[in-house]
Amino acid sequence: MSDPKIEGYQLKPGFKGMAADTGSDQTMFKGVHWGKAMMWIFLLSDTFVFSCFLISYMKGRGSTPVEWPNPSEVFALDAFGVPVPLLLIAIMTFVLITSSGTMALAVKYGYEKNKKMCGWLVLATALGGLTFVGMQVFEWSKLIHEGVRPWGNPFGAAQFGSFFFMITGFHGFHVSIGVLFLFIYAYKVFAGHYDERKRGWFTTMKSDYVEIEILGLYWHFVDLVWVFIFAFFYLW
Amino acid sequence: MEETKKKEDQSSTHKIGIYLWIWGLLFVLSFFSYMVDWYQFQGMLRWSLILFFMFLKAGLIMAFFMHLFWERYALVNVLLWPMTAIACFIFLMVAEFKYTLFTRLLYFFVGG
Repeated sequence: MSDPKIEGYQLKPGFKGMAADTGSDQTMFKGVHWGKAMMWIFLLSDTFVFSCFLISYMKGRGSTPVEWPNPSEVFALDAFGVPVPLLLIAIMTFVLITSSGTMALAVKYGYEKNKKMCGWLVLATALGGLTFVGMQVFEWSKLIHEGVRPWGNPFGAAQFGSFFFMITGFHGFHVSIGVLFLFIYAYKVFAGHYDERKRGWFTTMKSDYVEIEILGLYWHFVDLVWVFIFAFFYLW
Repeated sequence: MEETKKKEDQSSTHKIGIYLWIWGLLFVLSFFSYMVDWYQFQGMLRWSLILFFMFLKAGLIMAFFMHLFWERYALVNVLLWPMTAIACFIFLMVAEFKYTLFTRLLYFFVGG
C-alpha cells in the first residue's frame, strides 16, 4: 500500500508500520479520509459517555440492598395470553442487527459505485432504525403505564427507572439522529450527489461514497452499544 | 494520483460473502444470548455466557462491519488502548459499590 498523499512513499505493514505512521509527518492515519478519522474519534468519546452510564448503572445496582426488579419479568410481553420474557427486546435486537447488516452492504455497494443498491440499502437501514425507535416508544409507554418512574417503580429498587430511562433514552436518541441522517443520505445517493461529486452543505468538500462508510461507522456503533445494553441491562 | 485513487477504492471493497457470514453469525449469537434468558440459566454460568456472546458480537461488528480488521494498526491502537481506562474505571467502581453496600447494610440494618 502506498500513501495516497505522498507519491512513491511506501507504507510499512504491521506494527513497524504503526510506529512509522505514528512518528511520521503530515498525517498519522495514512490512507484514511479525515472525516472517517474524526468519526472514529467522536465514536471513541461516545464510548466513554456510554461507559460512564453503564458503570454508574453497575454501581447503582450493586450498592442497593433492595432487590433489583427482574428484567425478564418486567420486560415480558403477552403473546397469545402467555407472557414471553424479553420478547420485544429480542425483536428489537434482531431489527437492529438486520439494519446493521443492510448498512454494511450499503457501504460495500457504495464503494462499487452501485447507486441503486446503495440507495435502497441505506433506505432499508433507515426503515429498520425507525422500526426500532417505534418499538422503543411502545416499550417506554408500557412501562410508564405500569408505574415505572425515574424516582421509583412497583417492582423493586427505586434506581431502576432512572437508569432505564437514562440509558435506553440516550441510545434511542442516537438511533433517532442516525435515522434522520440515513434518510438524508438515502436522498443524496438517489439524487446522484456522490456520482456527480457535488458539494455538500456547509463544506467545500466534494461528495464521495466514503461518506456512506462514515455514516455506516456511526450506525454500527449504535448497534454495538445496543449489544452492551442488551447484555448488561436486559439479560444480567 | 488518479491511479493510486483507483487502487484505494479497490482495497475498500470486500466480497459480499464475508458480510453475509458475519450477519448470520450475529443473528445466531443474538439467538443464543436470548436463549440464556429463555432457559433461565443462573449464577456464574449465566454471567459468563452473557459476557462471552456480548464480546463475540461486539468483536465481529467492530472487526468486519466497521472494517477495523482491515485498518492500519495506527488507527486500531488509538481506538482500542483507551478501553483499558474503562476497564480500570470498572474495577474502581466495583470496589466502590461493594463498600457502599457494606456501609448501607451496616448502618441501616445493624445500626452501626
